[in-house]
Amino acid sequence: MDTVLEVKNLEKYYGNKSNLTKAIDDISFKVDEGEFVGIMGASGSGKTTLLNTISTIDRVTAGNIIIKGKDITKLKGNHLNKFRREELGFIFQDFNLLDTLTSYENIALALTIQKESPKEIEEKVKDIAKKLEIEDILNKYPYQISGGQKQRVASARAIITNPKIVLADEPTGALDSKSAKKLLENFEYLNKELRATILMVTHDAFTASYADRILFIKDGKIFNEIIKGKDSRKEFFEKIIEVVTLLGGELNDVI
Amino acid sequence: MLFKLSLKNIKKSFKDYTIYFITLALGVAIFYIFNSLDSQRAMIEVSKSTEKLIELMINMLAWVSVFVSFILGFLIVYANNFLIKRRKKEFGIYMTLGMGRRKISKILIIETLMIGVMSLGVGLIMGIFGSQFMSILVGKLFAADMSKFEFVFSSAACIKTCVYFGIMYLLVMLFNTFTISRYKLIDLLTAVKKTEKIKLKNTVISVILFIISIVMLGYAYYNVSARIHNLNQEKILIMIGIGTFATFLFFFSLSGFILKLVQSCKKIYFKELNMFVLRQTNAKINTTVVSMSIICLLLFLTICILSSALAVNLVIQTGIRELAPVDIGISKTLDLSGNDAYGNPYSEKRIEDSKISIIDTLKKVDFDFNDLVDLVDITIYATNELTVEDTFGDQLENVKSQFQMLKLDTAEDIIKVSDYNKVARLYGIQEYSLQDDEYIILCDYKNMKIVRDMALKENTNIKLLGKTYHPKYNECQDGFIYMSANHINTGIILVPDSCNLTEDVRAVNYIAANYHATTKEERKAIEEKFLSDDFLNKLKELDSDLSAESKISIFEASTGLSAMVTFIGIYLGMIFLISSAAILALKELSESSDNKERYNILRRIGADEKMINKALFRQIGIFFITPLLLAIIHSIFGIYFATNILDSLFSGSDLTTSIIMTATFIIFIYGGYFVATYFGSKNIIKECNH
Repeated sequence: MDTVLEVKNLEKYYGNKSNLTKAIDDISFKVDEGEFVGIMGASGSGKTTLLNTISTIDRVTAGNIIIKGKDITKLKGNHLNKFRREELGFIFQDFNLLDTLTSYENIALALTIQKESPKEIEEKVKDIAKKLEIEDILNKYPYQISGGQKQRVASARAIITNPKIVLADEPTGALDSKSAKKLLENFEYLNKELRATILMVTHDAFTASYADRILFIKDGKIFNEIIKGKDSRKEFFEKIIEVVTLLGGELNDVI
Repeated sequence: MLFKLSLKNIKKSFKDYTIYFITLALGVAIFYIFNSLDSQRAMIEVSKSTEKLIELMINMLAWVSVFVSFILGFLIVYANNFLIKRRKKEFGIYMTLGMGRRKISKILIIETLMIGVMSLGVGLIMGIFGSQFMSILVGKLFAADMSKFEFVFSSAACIKTCVYFGIMYLLVMLFNTFTISRYKLIDLLTAVKKTEKIKLKNTVISVILFIISIVMLGYAYYNVSARIHNLNQEKILIMIGIGTFATFLFFFSLSGFILKLVQSCKKIYFKELNMFVLRQTNAKINTTVVSMSIICLLLFLTICILSSALAVNLVIQTGIRELAPVDIGISKTLDLSGNDAYGNPYSEKRIEDSKISIIDTLKKVDFDFNDLVDLVDITIYATNELTVEDTFGDQLENVKSQFQMLKLDTAEDIIKVSDYNKVARLYGIQEYSLQDDEYIILCDYKNMKIVRDMALKENTNIKLLGKTYHPKYNECQDGFIYMSANHINTGIILVPDSCNLTEDVRAVNYIAANYHATTKEERKAIEEKFLSDDFLNKLKELDSDLSAESKISIFEASTGLSAMVTFIGIYLGMIFLISSAAILALKELSESSDNKERYNILRRIGADEKMINKALFRQIGIFFITPLLLAIIHSIFGIYFATNILDSLFSGSDLTTSIIMTATFIIFIYGGYFVATYFGSKNIIKECNH
């Protein structure tokens, strides 16, 4: 299987010589096409920094990030923006939907930024809306729909451009458990049926249990890695809990 | 400690304060310039000859200054209130740290004081230098002697500026203290999180309202232009009311209308960030309807005031040269009988004097004719046989229905063509010739020309002393007898010399001449003789009905008038302009910081800086340009209306120059604010780029 993302000896330092914080300390891993990878860790462990460097929002101190054969740490300026909008899809904890636009327009915006033709925009938006079961809220504004619906609209926006990899940052963080479950089922659908590669950061074990593989990060280093394999989700969930317990008390808000 | 905190605050929020500060300084500068006018070199030169009018002007400027200080006061309170609102969270933090309201008020007072002192200082320096520049401008406008340039500082104006602005800043301090005392801690701390509730209007209703507003505007425009002659004062007020209301409605519905329009054109709507820009505009227009409308109306006033004021000045300056070509013109009504205009019988002396010519009268008072050269002496005739009404022929009913206020029973002034040519030769204007059965009407008063041309087009004949004459031209010709500053000749009928005009239909004796002088001083000396008590007393003894217009007197009166109109116009125009631009700029800057998060979202989903800057530029552009565009359209009709109503002031004027000058003013000031707002906003949305 092709490798979509390869992180090699990544380092990210904050501060100056006298007071250096190693947010990421020599991390390396690979994500293959069609994989659904979770990254877990306590707050301050460096998981968000990792996601930010992969999503090109933050610069790395050392190391390489290679997406589909391209080293994005070498990209600059407009190439970086172009790469970001064409190859990456984002889902954020607080949805990041524009409150002045309807759901339809929020999804379409990702395409208009890529200068897609209006005709195709309509087709694509309707298609993805059908798949994520948000057709009936397309003409509503973000303030008129629930959190779960918002996150599904955001997912539609992330996936509509056919990105190489979807980066999700605590996607269930602002949702109640029922909405979270529904969203994760959607993620599963995106992953299994639409063959989307997903990299998801979370500190919630239940959310993580939907992934195929989980990387645990502590103090900027990969601490552990578990793979779902043939396990059922419940078994996988229990395995996750074990690691979390091992990781220590900080990550106790697991369920 | 508090002082240090205040200073740091100003430094920190300098971005927010820049435009506020510049506006204050500009306000101070303009205020100083116009209040120091009387002490300026050029003004002194101009005013030597027109002391009374200049005094009146200075008085009027003082009153206008009071009005201006109200506007600026309002602007300062508005802007300040607005800046305070943005700092709610900061005050909240002070309060949680245990700082009392009183101390916070103190911080604000120190801040206001610092900003006030700085803006006063900078503004006064700008004003002092600006007034030197103004001096040059005055010299240019009024042809004053500017050979001796000197640097002028008016301490009176300086003190006045400090006092007026001091009072304004004091009010702001009181206002701030009051505002702070009303805030609750919880509101202060959560102020940032509270996003403005977005009210979205039904676009269909917007479209309907938009069409209604356009119809209303069209109706008002139609009434003040095409149907201008049917307007009376009451109707004018109604039209202004309709126009104002329609302006509100226009801005209320505009964004919804455009949104609907562009949405139906998917190619534009789904292009890059257009969708975002339009939605954004539509969302915030709700909160800006009132200010947009006020800004539009202020801009409308600015454009009208500036261009009319400048036009009046240009017209007067060119008019005088053309319409007062010789040094003096004297007229006298002949053969008086019956009662004067007030219903009192004429004195016997006056009746006696009216039987002799002007020359004879002047001889009686021992006038020295050596003072005059190029003298022409003509007689103007009038008879009830030929009144205004009689010149309209078949067109009478038509004229009556269209121009109800026209006075029809006045006898027309009739002049023999050779007499007129004598005057015309002296004036250096067009001479005419006539066949035995032809006549010409001379008229340069625009509104009257329109009426008279209706009859002339139909080749209307007139009857005079048993003979019929037909018009040589099918429209009125240019020309005049009496000197003035404006085109005010409502009609003179030229008839061939063969016309049997006898002594009994003579009406007015008129003489025109130049002074026997070569220099300005000599001319003035002769003029003085006419105005000497000795000369006037002698005339009084005769109870003579002489009336005279001299080039010098016309020039003085007009210069005073035009200076007054121009200065007050520029003064008000500038103040209106900077006020509206500043309000808009502050509003837009705060919008930009509210929108920071939205722009960040756009960045995160891959929009590049170029695209974002374009969207920002468009967004700010829309808010700056729409009020200006509507104001320009308003102004086209407003200026048209003004030129028609004040016809005597404008007739024959070419507004192009003044409109170009106004446009330059607006582009510089309004455009400057626009550019400053754009770059300020760009900085604001760039701030958290991580």
